[in-house]
Amino acid sequence: MAGIKKITTPLTADEIKDLQAGDRVAITGVIYTGRDAAHKNLVNALKEGKALPIELKNQIIYYVGPAPAKPGQAIGSCGPTTSGRMDAYAPTLIELGLKGMIGKGPRNGKVIEAMKKYGAVYLAAIGGAAAVIARSVKKAEVVAYPELGPEAVYRLEVEDFPCIVAIDCEGNNLYERGVEEYSI
Amino acid sequence: MKEIAINKIVETVRELCINAACDLPQDVEELIKNNQAQEESEFGKYIFAQIIDNVQLARRETQAMCQDTGITVVYVEMGQDVHITGGSLVDAINEGVRQGYKDGYLRKSVVNDPVFLRKNTGDNTPAVIHMEIVPGDKLKIMIVPKGAGSENMGALKMLKPSDGIEGVKEFILKTVREAGGNPCPPVVVGVGIGGTMEKATILAKKALTRKAGEYNPDSNYRALEEELLEKINRLGIGPQGLGGRVTALAVHIEAFPTHIATLPVAVNLNCHASRHSEAIL
Repeated sequence: MAGIKKITTPLTADEIKDLQAGDRVAITGVIYTGRDAAHKNLVNALKEGKALPIELKNQIIYYVGPAPAKPGQAIGSCGPTTSGRMDAYAPTLIELGLKGMIGKGPRNGKVIEAMKKYGAVYLAAIGGAAAVIARSVKKAEVVAYPELGPEAVYRLEVEDFPCIVAIDCEGNNLYERGVEEYSI
Repeated sequence: MKEIAINKIVETVRELCINAACDLPQDVEELIKNNQAQEESEFGKYIFAQIIDNVQLARRETQAMCQDTGITVVYVEMGQDVHITGGSLVDAINEGVRQGYKDGYLRKSVVNDPVFLRKNTGDNTPAVIHMEIVPGDKLKIMIVPKGAGSENMGALKMLKPSDGIEGVKEFILKTVREAGGNPCPPVVVGVGIGGTMEKATILAKKALTRKAGEYNPDSNYRALEEELLEKINRLGIGPQGLGGRVTALAVHIEAFPTHIATLPVAVNLNCHASRHSEAIL
C-alpha cells in the first residue's frame, strides 16, 4: 500500500491508465450518486432515446443512497452499497464515457470487459465507514429523480474522498489477487 | 396483570431505532478490536482502523454508522400477564419506527411492494415484527436494523438427514465463500439448523443478536462454531473482500428439533456492524 494518489474529476484517459489495482486514491471534485432505481431509470431513458439528466462523459458514479443530513451537515452517512446489483447497467454507461465507479464488492465479467474496452476504473470505498466518508463530502444536491428519495441522483462535491483501486482499466482485480494471496 | 400504555411503546421503539443505528454495542466493538490484531493484510489493517474510527464517530455524533439503516426487524417478547392499553401494539411499534427514523436522520429504505410498485414508503415502515408470548409481566423489545447488502447474501437449504454434519459445514462455507466481499466482511455468521424452513431462518437471524464472544452452550455446537470460524477465515476473503485473514468475526449457531425426514440449514449474514438495541418494560 504505497502513497495516496490524488485525482480530480472529470478524469482523463491518462489519469485512468495511471491508476492500478491496489492504489489508494483521494478524489476531489464533482461525483454523482446512483444506485438501483436510478440506474434502471437512466438505462430505460437511453432505450427510449431520451436525453440523460446528467452528463456522464469522464465522470464518476458513486453507488450510494445517503442517509439524511442532520442540521449543519452537507450530507448524512454515505458509505458504498453493493456494486454487483449495478452490473446489469454499468456496461451501457461505461460505453457512454463513464470513467469511474465507486462501490463495494466484486464486479462481473461483462463490467470488467467494458472497463478494459472503454478505459474505466472501479474504486472500492469502505462499506460501513459511512460516517467517516461523509466528512469528505462538502456539498450535496439532488439533480435527478427526486421522487426516488435516498435513491435520487445527487451531485456531490468531494474533497479527498478515500478509495482503493479495486479493478483497473487493464482488468487487474484486487478482489481476486487479495483472496488468492490469503486463502489457505 | 401489568398495564403498558402504547405511548410508552412508541417512545421506546423510537429511541431504540436511533440507538441501534448510531451506537454499536460495546461487546461487538470489542470483538472487532480483538480481531484487528489478527489481520495481516495492509488493506485489512487500514479497513479495521477505518471501521473502528467510524463506530466511535457515529457514537459521538449520534449519527448513523452506516447509511443503510436497514429494514427494521423487531423482536417482541411479551409476558402473558401484560395488557397493552390505548391502542394496537403493532401500530405502536410502527409509529415508533416512523418517529425514530425521522428524528434520528436515518435512511428510509423500505418499498411498499417487492415486485410491481417498489415505491419508497417514506418512513421505513412497516417493520418486520416477530412476536413471542412468554411467562411473566415484562415486555422486551429488541430492534435489529438489517441492511440488504448482507441480507442478500443469506441462503437456506433443506438438506437430507443423510447429508449430516458434512453437508451442514459445506453449505455454510459455500454461502460465505459465494458472498465474498459483498456483505461487508468481516461478517458475523448467523446459522439456524433444524425446525422447518421458516424456523431455521428465524433462528439464523436471532443468532446474530447473541452477545459477541459467547458460544452455543451445547459442546457439539460450540465445537462446530469454532471449526467453521477457522475454516471461514482460511478462505482469504478478508475485510471488504480485498484479501486477508479475518473474513468472519464470529459464527453463531442455533439449533432446534426437527422432523425425521429433514435437516434445514439457514445462513443469515451480518456485516461487522452487528447492530441491535433492546429495552425491557
